[in-house]
Amino acid sequence: MKTPVIKADHLDLVFETNDGPVHALSDVSLEVVRGDFVSFIGPSGCGKTTFLRCVAALEHPTGGSLTVNGMTPDNARQERAYGYVFQAAGLYPWRTIAGNIRLPLEIMGFARAEQAKRVEKVLELVDLAGFGKKYPWQLSGGMQQRASIARALAFDADILLMDEPFGALDEIVRDHLNEQLLELWARTKKTCLFVTHSIPEAVYLSTRIVVMSPRPGRIADVIESPLPKERPLDIRDTPEFLEVAHRVREGLRAGHAYEE
Amino acid sequence: MRSVLPILTVVMVIVALWYAGAVAMNKRWTLDQAARADQELTVAEIVADTLQQERPKLPAPHQVGAELWKTTGAMVLKGRAFSKRSLIYHGWITLSATLMGFAIGAGLGILLAVGIVHNRAMDMSVMPWAIASQTIPILAIAPMIIVVLNSVGVTGLLPKAVISAYLSFFPVVVGMVKGLRSPDAMQLDLLKTYSASPGQTFRKLRWPSATPYLFTSLKIAMAASLVGAIVGELPTGAVRGLGARLLAGSYYGQTVQIWSALFGAAILAALLVGLIGIAQRLTLKRMGLAR
Repeated sequence: MKTPVIKADHLDLVFETNDGPVHALSDVSLEVVRGDFVSFIGPSGCGKTTFLRCVAALEHPTGGSLTVNGMTPDNARQERAYGYVFQAAGLYPWRTIAGNIRLPLEIMGFARAEQAKRVEKVLELVDLAGFGKKYPWQLSGGMQQRASIARALAFDADILLMDEPFGALDEIVRDHLNEQLLELWARTKKTCLFVTHSIPEAVYLSTRIVVMSPRPGRIADVIESPLPKERPLDIRDTPEFLEVAHRVREGLRAGHAYEE
Repeated sequence: MRSVLPILTVVMVIVALWYAGAVAMNKRWTLDQAARADQELTVAEIVADTLQQERPKLPAPHQVGAELWKTTGAMVLKGRAFSKRSLIYHGWITLSATLMGFAIGAGLGILLAVGIVHNRAMDMSVMPWAIASQTIPILAIAPMIIVVLNSVGVTGLLPKAVISAYLSFFPVVVGMVKGLRSPDAMQLDLLKTYSASPGQTFRKLRWPSATPYLFTSLKIAMAASLVGAIVGELPTGAVRGLGARLLAGSYYGQTVQIWSALFGAAILAALLVGLIGIAQRLTLKRMGLAR
């Protein structure tokens, strides 16, 4: 049995708002082991993004315990445990693609030569070799998001946290990026936590799917994927795939996610 | 080149209106003179006279142009660009106060904005005072600044520069506060995930984000600074500077001189703001922000 990379134990998070307390997370217990690809799926307000932000120490739970690499999330962040990919690429318009990828390296104090080497390497990884000198506006939305993944990979964190990274892209681009992401995951052996709204995306990418439901945000079901590691895009038409997708849908229904 | 035609059209219309205005406003004096001399004037004679009076109510454009040339270009040709009768000399006096005040004002404005963005106490306390400072008419406070500074032995350039700074810090504060706050929550979160220090956040994110705002505010500040310098010259007894020319012109009814000083100030302002515009274009281009 591998030791968990991320371990959440009866996690609670209550936001105090002007309209009274909002239960963003309630009694969330989950273990993620090294090399897992875990998707979080559920309707808006189910706490999937909040959970990711807790792991990243951008939010702090009000109850329960959470460890990342055996440390508190704050310490794990200091140790560069994770790279975070946001919904929007969020590249700085005044920096080139290479300059954007260099940003975390500059902040973390890598030597110049090492910075250049790493930028080259991750540009290669996300298939953007040769685009380093371009400015963000010269790239398509999909390419920008790939650059932002490269930025998260640049400092070699073991964990990749992704918050609906492809949510704003059209389906054709998204399919392509999903395929590339799986390939990247196989090559780098990172632990991935991936928040999404899309059932096919969750099923296609994940080794485990966490189905969440809102008010209060909690885990409704955790599904181990029986799909093989090797996944061509047309795996989505196989009975196994549809079976898993069906279970996800059932889980969402059981969690009353379809109400309203 | 496509923009030249519309601009020329507008200029022509303004000049035409100006001539019409000059004729209408100066007609009275011409007619009075003629009546006194018992003369009958034709329309052509009236028009011709209204455009070449020595002290017209409204000088015609060519009169202002001639006066401008006489006090600038012609002086340069005579090698007396910095004589006391030269508008270049007076312009330089005003310009030096403007630039000094601009430097003080812009520096102060940036510092205040940085403080406001990073310190909650300053955020709550400075802005109301900054706004209040701009509601006081500058004409009322300028003589007091001059007098107070004079009484402690500060004379010459600095008092005028202080008035310029008083006017020019405000647009910089407002613009830079907005600029430094322009990064959204996601961009700030991104830097948090790198455990970036406040200093790094400022250098890598806030300052570059604020740069376009900075240049916009600097343009406004430069224009305000020039106004401040001119106003600062009025209560000093008006011996040197564009403000002095305006005041002397109004003492002696020299409308042509007033208008040429006005145009001198306008040209100076246009040049200064244009310079900032060039700096802006170069900087933003270097930053990859201009497409």
